[in-house]
Amino acid sequence: MKPMTITEKILARHAGLKEVAPGELINAKVDIALGNDITAPIAISEFRRIGAKKVFNRNKVVLVPDHFTPNKDIKSAEQCKILRDFAREHKLKHYYDGGEVGVEHALLPEKGVVVPGDLVIGADSHTCTYGALGAFSTGVGSTDLAAVMITGELWFKVPESMKFVFNGRLRKWVSGKDLILHIIGEIGVDGALYRAMEFTGKAIDNLSMDSRMSMCNMAIEAGAKSGIIAPDATTEAYVSKRAERPYKFYSSDADAAYSEVREYDCAEIEPKVACPHLPENTKNVSDVKNVSIDQVVIGSCTNGRLEDLEVAAKILRGKKIAKNLRLIIIPATPFIYNEAMKKGWFDIFLKAGAIISPPTCGPCLGGHMGILAAGERALATTNRNFLGRMGDVKSEVYLANPAVAAATAIKGRIAHPDEVTK
Amino acid sequence: MKLNGKAWKFGADIDTDRIIPARYLNTSDPKELAKHCMEDADPSFASRVQAGDVIVADKNFGCGSSREHAPIAIKASGVACVIAKSFARIFYRNSFNMGLPILECEEAADSTESGDVIEVDMSTGEIVNVTKGTRFKARPIPPFMQELIAAGGLMESIRKKGAV
Repeated sequence: MKPMTITEKILARHAGLKEVAPGELINAKVDIALGNDITAPIAISEFRRIGAKKVFNRNKVVLVPDHFTPNKDIKSAEQCKILRDFAREHKLKHYYDGGEVGVEHALLPEKGVVVPGDLVIGADSHTCTYGALGAFSTGVGSTDLAAVMITGELWFKVPESMKFVFNGRLRKWVSGKDLILHIIGEIGVDGALYRAMEFTGKAIDNLSMDSRMSMCNMAIEAGAKSGIIAPDATTEAYVSKRAERPYKFYSSDADAAYSEVREYDCAEIEPKVACPHLPENTKNVSDVKNVSIDQVVIGSCTNGRLEDLEVAAKILRGKKIAKNLRLIIIPATPFIYNEAMKKGWFDIFLKAGAIISPPTCGPCLGGHMGILAAGERALATTNRNFLGRMGDVKSEVYLANPAVAAATAIKGRIAHPDEVTK
Repeated sequence: MKLNGKAWKFGADIDTDRIIPARYLNTSDPKELAKHCMEDADPSFASRVQAGDVIVADKNFGCGSSREHAPIAIKASGVACVIAKSFARIFYRNSFNMGLPILECEEAADSTESGDVIEVDMSTGEIVNVTKGTRFKARPIPPFMQELIAAGGLMESIRKKGAV
């Protein structure tokens, strides 16, 4: 059999084929199909419009109203109600609402809903996050979601794979977020267009699950179809206590074909900041330290997990945030929220002067819970700094990891964590 | 299918937040979305665009969020076709799925200016800049996507297969 990448193997398996090659069009079975309060209403309306009566599998269609929740206005409440009614009508097993809702891409891995070897589609561009578990996972639109809700299948073009090898050890304060920002800074926001990004190497082997998820989460910011990391003992430890279904580990053959292989020495990678208005405008944090900041956001499907809040708590312990700066901390799921509280991090955050938000996508996409006025500048642990992303078109967003975000909140300007911990 | 309209030129990496900002995503009504189409790229667009006009953009048009509201807003605003050097993949998929004609053509994107009159033959991929008297050939639409269009989009193709 011809050598294949992990991505090709998962796609072949779900298409019922022995092998697939880049460029090939396949029809594949989907393990999990996800929608949220912005994208699912259109899918549900399409589902009904063509007269569909039943979802293909009530355990595999997942709805998470996380974007504009807690409902920010009447229209959003109506969108959420469409999901709630549909979930009840079709007895969906995985519908999360109220005190159970979390940011979808943090929630699904945590609940064991997505598992290694899966083929997952989601009507949300950051669905690529689950590649961190060794699943093929990609964002699609609402019509694609409607099609899968009915048939359980979808067409895919098998992507070419790009390999990113990270050698050596990470420097202090460097996380998965910095590695992916480093890549996007090099290859640009369409540098991996239509392709699968495969992350590998010693530094990836040593990376936590939370950091792996941050990395795969932002594959879309390089235009990629998916990001993926081959599962290993770290994955097993994370998944074994959570998975609700049997799972399978795939890995790339040693002689599999890649459209490009890029190697990095982690000793050379510093904490990064992506400057307005594209994630590719990355600089070393030490080169952008004179930028004053009005609001810091720590949260999102990129960096709202336990490891992210832990490093923020470590830096903020016993400190106060800068005058005239707003720090908004958004634990991504109820579980993370509860853990952070039990560990005493909420005390640290509140004493520092932070606002703690319930789990929501909220300000990341300029939805609610921290919108920027014209002329305001935010540093956020989120994934996009597009023009007007977090509010007024004359506002600005800088992207960074949670350690840089916490240091920035203390200093009131972009800061390296070393500045506040020495 | 032949199209003829005035060009609206945009730059590279026009993301879906600029095509339809998230502050308007609390509805999926095409008419409402059309009122704010391209608002953060050109605030005058929605009030000035005419039915049949063509958006012409540089590379990676529609990057970012998967929101299908973006092609829905463009189509509902009356735009007949989007020509770009390249499209972000989810936007590309969404456009075919919901029936917004799109074409990839580097040369046409480079030489077109706002206000030029553009003619497009969707069946051949031929683009004519009537104002400048230049002709271009778009990258052919893959046969599979042509079948999807011929079937009337993804949902119609599912209905025809008897999956409902």
